[in-house]
Amino acid sequence: MDITPFNIPLAEGVEAAVKYMSANFSHIFDSIASSIFFVFNLIELLFQTPPSLIIILIFALLAWRLSGWRFAVFTVAALWLLDGLELWEHAMTTLSLVLSAVIIAIIVGLPTGIASTRSRMLSQALRPVLDFMQTLPAFVYLIPAIIFFGLGAVPGIMATIIFAMPPVIRLTELGIRQVPEEVVEAALAFGSTPNQMLFRVQLPMAMPTILAGINQTIMLSLSMVVVASMIGAGGLGDDVLRAITQLEVGLGFEGGIGVVILAIILDRLTRDIVRGKATNRNGSTT
Amino acid sequence: MAEKIILQDLIKVFGEHPEKAIHLLNEGYSKAEIQAKTGQTVGVNKVSFSVQQGEIFVVMGLSGSGKSTVLRCINRLIKPTDGQVLIDGEDIVAANAKCLREIRRKKVSMVFQRFALFPHRTILDNVAYGLEVQGVDKETRYGKTREMLEIVGLREWADSYPEQLSGGMQQRVGLARALVSDPDILLMDEAFSALDPLIRREMQNELLALHSKFNKTIIFVTHDLDEALKIGDRIALMKDGAIIQIGTPEEILTKPADEYVAKFIEDVDMTKVLVAEGIMKKAETISLKDGPRVALRRMRELGISSIFVLDRERKLVGMVAADDAWQAVNEDKRADLSQIIRHDFPVAAPGTPLNGLISLLAETKFPVAVVDEQNKLSGIVVRGTLLAALAKKGD
Repeated sequence: MDITPFNIPLAEGVEAAVKYMSANFSHIFDSIASSIFFVFNLIELLFQTPPSLIIILIFALLAWRLSGWRFAVFTVAALWLLDGLELWEHAMTTLSLVLSAVIIAIIVGLPTGIASTRSRMLSQALRPVLDFMQTLPAFVYLIPAIIFFGLGAVPGIMATIIFAMPPVIRLTELGIRQVPEEVVEAALAFGSTPNQMLFRVQLPMAMPTILAGINQTIMLSLSMVVVASMIGAGGLGDDVLRAITQLEVGLGFEGGIGVVILAIILDRLTRDIVRGKATNRNGSTT
Repeated sequence: MAEKIILQDLIKVFGEHPEKAIHLLNEGYSKAEIQAKTGQTVGVNKVSFSVQQGEIFVVMGLSGSGKSTVLRCINRLIKPTDGQVLIDGEDIVAANAKCLREIRRKKVSMVFQRFALFPHRTILDNVAYGLEVQGVDKETRYGKTREMLEIVGLREWADSYPEQLSGGMQQRVGLARALVSDPDILLMDEAFSALDPLIRREMQNELLALHSKFNKTIIFVTHDLDEALKIGDRIALMKDGAIIQIGTPEEILTKPADEYVAKFIEDVDMTKVLVAEGIMKKAETISLKDGPRVALRRMRELGISSIFVLDRERKLVGMVAADDAWQAVNEDKRADLSQIIRHDFPVAAPGTPLNGLISLLAETKFPVAVVDEQNKLSGIVVRGTLLAALAKKGD
């Protein structure tokens, strides 16, 4: 039974709002787009220019320093496989998309998280917004992203930022709030300014939690970047998308493997940064 | 002597509408009535006292009496709702943020109950924190810090992290951190309450030694009467946010202001001062894997005739007497401690009252081992310590 005698015109409303914004604030979106484009180009240049062997060695070195030689061996083998599957270029594009989105998400999310520890109102206002950002189906972001930014890498990164930013904000706030009250009191009692409190006590103590948030953001970005290939973001998502449209199981599997390899490497590296933060305190005097 | 700190009608109300509570306080309503009427909690109720330069002033009360709130009003970690706090004549309640920071950096520092060290900083950087936020250059900062670590006996621990230190050592760091900027006033919030009884007494002695050396003005908050009596020049006893009595330890003991104070003293005297935990001394111990020779040498070094044996978890295994060890060493070169361990010594719980200890000691020539629920040795009571405690009581 239909209990509402009329239709709620939510779709029309949203559409009108988005159209109004794209018509009247286009210069804002243009400047956002050009800064994102700049960041992305810079990063992509960094990953696409050197031969794959150099990149593999750099990653292997990172893996060795952060996680030990076993993971370094895995990294070399896995990246080699990417090269062998002729997915290298796409993989590097995906990586660049992820890093661009993550860097911007951190630049925006970290201060937002800090600000929300200082204002109860902001914290409460932010909570439903973050829930919304995280739970809205990822595909839905793509539509306004196209309207505001057209097709290509920029709207893809924009949609990714929105989808992947909540963990950085949330865990920054959580990490700072978890600093024991007495320690905050101690910092105040010795005459810290608000900035000294933030940079010498709160952020360092919250760092493991914040890094866990960044890890989550990276993982979410990776999954979103693949979806964003639907609006022409490029990268490994293209292979997956092509496999779907042409029902090529093998090609789909290759693209999927590429994503998985990137996910494992990024996840492990960022998690081991966190672990390193936590353990070098214990091990430092032995 | 000059009055260093003056508190004048200090009031702290926790809640949204403190003005209502202040109004009712002025009309003479009690804390409980105000809570019921307005939902506002009166944390501190018209507290006034003054502390002399160089004095150790103890604020004592049970939990919820408002003693920690009073302390935090003095460096304004908590902003008083009404009243004045004067430090060297300057009103802290009215001070602006910059002025307040200056006072906290140079004049007033604080030691916390749970130490509140910065877990991500080395001991050196923990102690140096106060100087660091003042912008003191690295060389001077670390120079002073190392001096202070030397004074509290933690020089070798400069590069360790707080979690690697025992509670007593952590609180020494807390003390050093508070003293390094050479403040006039030290606020101590239940500073020793989280420590074991033996360490606590050691720290109390150390505080008194530091006090006679640096002559700081100290305000010390505690719930422990023994501690208050031991270190306080004067004691303020608080209940429900108000001060009931201020006086020297002797005045508090001999002329309690009302029944509450009288009961406070009586209770503590009967159950706490005169139990094993209160008078025991540190036990000399060896571990189970040491042989009779080691035992004998330790006893000779320490001038004692028996020594307690602990296992790896510091649980009490037994005791070795000097003559047994001597015999074992002479008769059998490969003698093992386990063959000569005795179990016929008296054991008491930390809460055993004094009269119980007397009867235990009457039947034996060995010390009484004071053992906690986990069978860990907390300390020992010998005849000498018992007699000393009795003599002090009789004074």
